[in-house]
Amino acid sequence: MRFPYNEKVLEHFKNPKNVGKIEDPDGKAIVGSPACGDMVAVFIKVEPTEHRIVDAKFESYGCASNIATGSIITELAKGKTIDEAKTISWQQASEALGGLPKIKAHCSVLAVEGLREAITNYEEKHGLVKIKEPTTADVIKRRLKNVMNPLTGLDIVRGELVKDIKIEAGNVDIYVDLPENHIYAGNIRDEVKERVETIWDVKKVEIHFNDQ
Amino acid sequence: MPEKTIYMDNAASTRLDERVLEAMMPFFFDTYAVATSEFGYSMGIEAKEKLEEARARVSVALKSSSEELVFTSGDTESSNLALKGVASALGSKKGKHIIISKIEDFPVLNSAKSLEKNGFKLTYLGVDGDGLISLEELEHAITPETILVSIQHANQEIGTVQDIEAIGSVCRRKGTLFHTDATHTFTRMPIDVGKMPIDLVTVSGHTIHGPKGIGALFVRKGTPINKWMDGGYQESNLRAGLENIPGAVGFAKAIELVTPDENERLKGIRDALIDRFLKEVTRTTLNGHRTRRIPQNANVTFHSVEGESITLHMDMRGIEVSTGSACFSRSLEASHVLMGIGGNHERAHGSIRFTLGRFNDIGEVDRVVSAMSEVVTRLRAISPLDKREDEA
Repeated sequence: MRFPYNEKVLEHFKNPKNVGKIEDPDGKAIVGSPACGDMVAVFIKVEPTEHRIVDAKFESYGCASNIATGSIITELAKGKTIDEAKTISWQQASEALGGLPKIKAHCSVLAVEGLREAITNYEEKHGLVKIKEPTTADVIKRRLKNVMNPLTGLDIVRGELVKDIKIEAGNVDIYVDLPENHIYAGNIRDEVKERVETIWDVKKVEIHFNDQ
Repeated sequence: MPEKTIYMDNAASTRLDERVLEAMMPFFFDTYAVATSEFGYSMGIEAKEKLEEARARVSVALKSSSEELVFTSGDTESSNLALKGVASALGSKKGKHIIISKIEDFPVLNSAKSLEKNGFKLTYLGVDGDGLISLEELEHAITPETILVSIQHANQEIGTVQDIEAIGSVCRRKGTLFHTDATHTFTRMPIDVGKMPIDLVTVSGHTIHGPKGIGALFVRKGTPINKWMDGGYQESNLRAGLENIPGAVGFAKAIELVTPDENERLKGIRDALIDRFLKEVTRTTLNGHRTRRIPQNANVTFHSVEGESITLHMDMRGIEVSTGSACFSRSLEASHVLMGIGGNHERAHGSIRFTLGRFNDIGEVDRVVSAMSEVVTRLRAISPLDKREDEA
């Protein structure tokens, strides 16, 4: 048998560690890859005095390297403070797996980005963000760059699904160019909300889909 | 004891049949000379005779005459010759317009793209949800400058069979040449160039348990075409290079070994796979037409999971299949065929292709279906996509 990955990657692929959701997580993020369509969700539980990650879990809609990286990155994150965990790089994750094929970098870097975004999500929810710029449409667009539409394999900004963003006194209205009954409307709504709701000067987020 | 490997990627390539190898052997060790003219020496004359005998046997399978059959190194070369050869012969005389479908295999697709870079005008016909082109659209697309229409007989990924007789009739009526890539239908479905208005047909040996590196192009008598690879004057001056006589003999033998019974048997395995996947695994979609379909192809999307993860898990269980997912391909692009039939990335992401051959058996269906079912359940459990339907 000549499998396309090394033993360690295969082991993490076959029996991934830390799979699933954390109910009531302290931080969470779902990120997607426009290049190949893979997605990964990362959940963290953080001990609040030292900001140490006590639990980390992930879910994957992706290829073998994506699953293996999700497994190793959650292992690496556990026990680290959020500042330490933020610095974990794709290179480190790949090394911990005994090496990943270079061509798979963009599917496996997702889990690394997912962990970083989950930490940002935690920091925002807990008022740990130091630089506070006022929220503009551009700030929101930057945030939405990792929200994927699985049907097109593109994020919703690049896929030009974000028709309009209105911001008024902390109320944000986001207009998405998809029908209300689109099969991933629910996923997209949740992800957009999660990314925008935590911004320091945002009070309320409404997502509007197209009428039938 | 590990279970026997189940190979279901026969559209990519097949295991050689021993009887084919047996037929080829004398041409490696006994009659290994170049095919000479009738004024050559004994071994060369014999080689030439055997080559012509093989040509006659291959052409019979298409109901063509021997003079209309050019041996090549396989379907890639055949389709290159068809498109580039006709473009070279007619480009400056008649026009520079060529029509192909969006879901052609790479030999036709990339030959067309390469011609496009060199000043030819291409029309890429879309297909419906099953992968069929529209005859009306084709008819409207043909202009007085159209020199060639190239539409595959059956699709390499989803197995949908086009009505090439009707397509040929439209082309004939509108006065343009018609090429079809029959790599995946040759010997599996009838092609009769005596009756069907088709000018050029691509066929290949490696998909029917013949050797790799041999194929042919049927070129109807009188078709304007130039050779594109320079060298000697072999193959009626259409294909330069030393003739692959063991290959040609093996190809002829491989054709002879395919029987109508075998095709019926494969159809039975195909239908068992399709029916059971759709019934026993939740959230599945058949890709390709249900009935207008080659006997040896089943292609199903398993929603909310990714194909490379599936194929790796299946490989670990001794089952070899392929996927249209971007993660599996060298180019990291999702299958243009699955995008073509629905424009949908998610459908390509979870698509698995099962292609059958002589060495598959109906008894394998149980193991394949239960392994797929187990793997998909396992991967869905870790997928962040909406699980409501599964839970319901």
